[in-house]
Amino acid sequence: MLAFLIKRSANAIFVMLSVSFIAFMIFRFVGDPVELMLNEQATQSQRDELRTRLGLDEPFIVQFGTFVTNAAQGDFGISFRNQQDVLGMIAERFPATFELVIVATIISLVVGIPMGVITAIRRQTWYAETMQFTSIIGVSLPSFVVGIGLILIFSVWLGWLPAFGRGETVDIGWWSTGLLTHSGRMSIILPALSLSLFQITLVMRLVRAEMLEVLRSDFIKFARARGIPARAIHFRHALRNCLMPVVTMTAMQIGGLIAFALVTETVFQWPGMGLLFIQAVTFVDVPIMAAYLCIVALIFVLLNTIVDITYAVIDPRLRGAEK
Amino acid sequence: MVSRFRPQAMLAGGLVAALSATGALAETVKWGAPRDIVSLDPYSYGDSYTINFLNHIYEGLVRYNRDLEIEPALAESWEIVSPTTWRFKLREGVEFHNGNPFTAQDVLASLQRVSDDTSPLKGNLPAYKSAEVVDDHTIDIELTGPYPLLLNDLTNIHIFDKEWLVENNAEKPTDVSAGVEGYATFNTNGTGPFRLESRTPEAQTILTVNEGWWDEPAHNLTRIEFQPVTSAATRVAALLSGEVDFVDSAPVQDLPRLQAASNLKVLERTDLRTVMLGFNRRDELVAGGENPMNDLRVRQAMQLAVDMELIHDKVMRGKSRNAGTLVAPAIPGYSEALDEVAGVDVERAKALMTEAGYPDGFEFDFVCTNESYVNEEQFCQAIASMWSRIGLKPRLDIGPTAKQTPKRANGQADVYTIGWATLPMLDTYSILIQMLHSKEGNAGVFNWGGWSYPEIDRLTQAAGVELDREKRLAMETEALKIAKEEIVMMPLHQQPMAWAVSSEFEDFPQFPDNKPRLWYVTK
Amino acid sequence: MTDIPAHDLARKPKTRLRLFLDSDVWWSFRHSKSAMGAAIVLGLVILAALLAPVLSPQNPYDLAALELWNAELPPVWMEGGQMPYILGTDVQGRDILSGILYGTRISIFIGIASVIVSLLIGVMAGLLAGFYGGWVDNVLMRIGDVLLSIPIILVAILVSSVAQAMLPPELREAGIAIVLVLAIALYSWVQYARVVRAQTMVERRKEYVQASRLVGTPARRLMLKHILPNTLTPVFVAATLNFGLAILIEATLSFLGVGMPPNQPSLGTLIRVGNQYLFSGSWWIVLFPSIQLCILVVAVNMLGDWLRDALNPKLR
Repeated sequence: MLAFLIKRSANAIFVMLSVSFIAFMIFRFVGDPVELMLNEQATQSQRDELRTRLGLDEPFIVQFGTFVTNAAQGDFGISFRNQQDVLGMIAERFPATFELVIVATIISLVVGIPMGVITAIRRQTWYAETMQFTSIIGVSLPSFVVGIGLILIFSVWLGWLPAFGRGETVDIGWWSTGLLTHSGRMSIILPALSLSLFQITLVMRLVRAEMLEVLRSDFIKFARARGIPARAIHFRHALRNCLMPVVTMTAMQIGGLIAFALVTETVFQWPGMGLLFIQAVTFVDVPIMAAYLCIVALIFVLLNTIVDITYAVIDPRLRGAEK
Repeated sequence: MVSRFRPQAMLAGGLVAALSATGALAETVKWGAPRDIVSLDPYSYGDSYTINFLNHIYEGLVRYNRDLEIEPALAESWEIVSPTTWRFKLREGVEFHNGNPFTAQDVLASLQRVSDDTSPLKGNLPAYKSAEVVDDHTIDIELTGPYPLLLNDLTNIHIFDKEWLVENNAEKPTDVSAGVEGYATFNTNGTGPFRLESRTPEAQTILTVNEGWWDEPAHNLTRIEFQPVTSAATRVAALLSGEVDFVDSAPVQDLPRLQAASNLKVLERTDLRTVMLGFNRRDELVAGGENPMNDLRVRQAMQLAVDMELIHDKVMRGKSRNAGTLVAPAIPGYSEALDEVAGVDVERAKALMTEAGYPDGFEFDFVCTNESYVNEEQFCQAIASMWSRIGLKPRLDIGPTAKQTPKRANGQADVYTIGWATLPMLDTYSILIQMLHSKEGNAGVFNWGGWSYPEIDRLTQAAGVELDREKRLAMETEALKIAKEEIVMMPLHQQPMAWAVSSEFEDFPQFPDNKPRLWYVTK
Repeated sequence: MTDIPAHDLARKPKTRLRLFLDSDVWWSFRHSKSAMGAAIVLGLVILAALLAPVLSPQNPYDLAALELWNAELPPVWMEGGQMPYILGTDVQGRDILSGILYGTRISIFIGIASVIVSLLIGVMAGLLAGFYGGWVDNVLMRIGDVLLSIPIILVAILVSSVAQAMLPPELREAGIAIVLVLAIALYSWVQYARVVRAQTMVERRKEYVQASRLVGTPARRLMLKHILPNTLTPVFVAATLNFGLAILIEATLSFLGVGMPPNQPSLGTLIRVGNQYLFSGSWWIVLFPSIQLCILVVAVNMLGDWLRDALNPKLR
């Protein structure tokens, strides 16, 4: 077990080092940082002086070392454009993105699981077929098109829900939440819905596939033979057996959702990390780009590692499985 | 102008604010802006949008009034002691938002901060040499030479509290390269009509009324919620659904829709900003090879090929004003005689190209941004399309300003767009010294094409030290005439500006410099 | 591949085709209405895109063909609409239908090219990793791990914005599409590599491979001729689904403004530009490209979906 833990952690650290190397390359080579920092009138001597001060004349490997050391301590420098501490800016926006992702995840589970069960147990019915078909549309519709459509219908035509932003927020310590105010709850509906669409389909399909598999298994056949009502078989026995993979996938997808939220955040002007990142790309604000990359990758890697380790704890056979 | 009787004004101001605060509803402006301000530090970035927003919090020694005339603000009066020395008498009894009194020391500290070598705003105060405190409420500003436009420049130099700067180690402008945040980047302490409540960059900045403002408020607002909504469509949607009640950049194509909405008012006029094209005038094109654009006939052909009427009708929805010269009519130095718009004549353009030796045209890089000017992406495409009719082969390169500006400024563009409103100076001298003058020293910073016209340089320099207004303007007009004949820049139009506000506002003045000044707004 | 005898080349596809026609897959296809429907729709969309120069009333890339006079004409069935602008025009006077046909071409090109590039890289990497194991395997799979730990959309945005900033102006027009292809392929090869690697490791241990190795068959021949064909089924399913994903990613990048430029619009660019006219009454500028994009991706995904089910007996 310990060996597995060490191996898995070493793997995670290796991945993070590589990601920070990519981030460093972006930081160092996208545009000349000196050119981006100084104003147009700067003289050559000012440029050289800044170059020395930033350590850009040191050997490459030393520069990378400094970058990693600083990044590990959460120091990504300050934004070229906003002149603020990059990590602080990202941290400030994290709650917005996180709440969006969590609400979208909840929607996807609440909608996706029943749909998955129904499509599995009522395979040949028209409504199951319709759901199957709708689910394909769910993965195929670009989320920006969905977002625009939702805004057009619910904000502009019907005037029911806000078109952008987060509404009022309440600060709880350093966390700012929009879920405690009415306007905040109204604001999150459309973006969360548009973000969850893809996820609903994934959950539904996974549940369907798992259900089909379980329903074919011996213990269900046995339960049927014993005359347990179909309802109880489906929901108490079969579904319970499907939930583990669903939980796993949901956990692992959170990292992806955080990244994909940047499209939703752009359409709804949701003040989260993704919007910050897109703005940074537009303004070539390299420290933010580099930091965002590292942080999203970190979330991704952490979730994956935790899931793997949890699995290993639950099912010892897997420890040796990874060659 | 003499000072108003201050204590009463303060009392009245306080009373009005108190009344409205205890009233049924706080008067709030929910401002949906096309972009965020970059910082809370007015000296952090030479960005006029940010500087204007911060004008709600900070003030200068002088300011523009509702008619864009200069009037006293933190300075009560001034006199020219010698051609190079101006003496300012400062307003007494003014307090910063933290309660510190406003004195000449604050002005000195602010001037030193803005003119520091690392200050990005240094160029906004070109003639400044030094300042000397005479007494608590008098300060002398020493200039490098005779300079007529000092007051214009000072409208945009916001005054900080010295004590506050010292306490927070912010006497120098923030230096991005040092990798350390500046205190003034997210804290404010001004004297202006509003004070900062909170700010989350790229999300929301909230101001509340400063009840202790020295001036009698012409507004009745208690709160400003400033939110950047960068996507134009989302901005319009938010306005239609009432989530914001003021938008300072409504897309021209959406104006009919907004006008039709019963709860909205659309305010429109033409901006002072003249949008124009600049040409690469170095020996070679960006992609290499001889540069045909050094031939006046080629530039003439390029101008004759562009049908500005059509762009006015279709792309700008009839809202722009086509320009024949490089400044708008309201700018001193403008001359109606020069403002004759070059017509379109494709045959003549082709003939000129042949005459110049390019019957088959040539390839070049045409650099535009997608958000600097109204419908820029569209008119650039239209112009490229019109040029291709006389055989030219423009390679259109459209991108965000932050990516395009380095290309334009470093000579990586053969033709580029640029807009100039002569802000904050509001005088033709601004475009002459910054753009048309040869690039040397502080002059010609925006001379991105690398041209040089000794006669324009001479006239510009002479105008820069001429204290007689009439003579100065005559020289400026003369320089514009040369620029027109030589097509140094090709003027396109003054762009339309459109604001949309909720009809709940009683008074919402719109300014030709496209800067919202909410201290004139009543709801 | 000089070492593959000529008769092999001639014989192989035939038997494979016959095998295919006799297979469950073909049977399942012919009995799945949705799969047939999707295939027909996709075929039509691709055909129309290929024939774009013939079908379009206008070449939307020819700047000289654009007439600003004809800007924002509504579709023909509405008042003010005129032929040949069946679906109306945009603000440049560009015919929407032509824009869509050419835009679909770009979207499909980027989708297919990125799938092919990632397939080539992925299959090679998977074969090498699975066949040789050891450090080759380790290096390749670790690279894959790193890539998969960054979400695709992020990789694509970073690569395409960084690369576009570095392209010299002369290459920019031709280069952007290639940059997008690489940006998408850079990510998706890992998936194929993993599938092929797993399969290769299984095959490698089988007797026929062991036997061929003993008789001295070169490794390359073994990999390409014997092992590869056995890994193709899952790879093919993944490729179809990735094709849909690649089109979506490209559209998203273009929508965010880091993809195709407005003078070479893909469907995503058309939607981004049209989105600015959402409230101005010119709804056709954004609506038709959106519909086309949805139809295209839905058709591809339906096919991919059917294929996956058809090849997975458990789900039948």
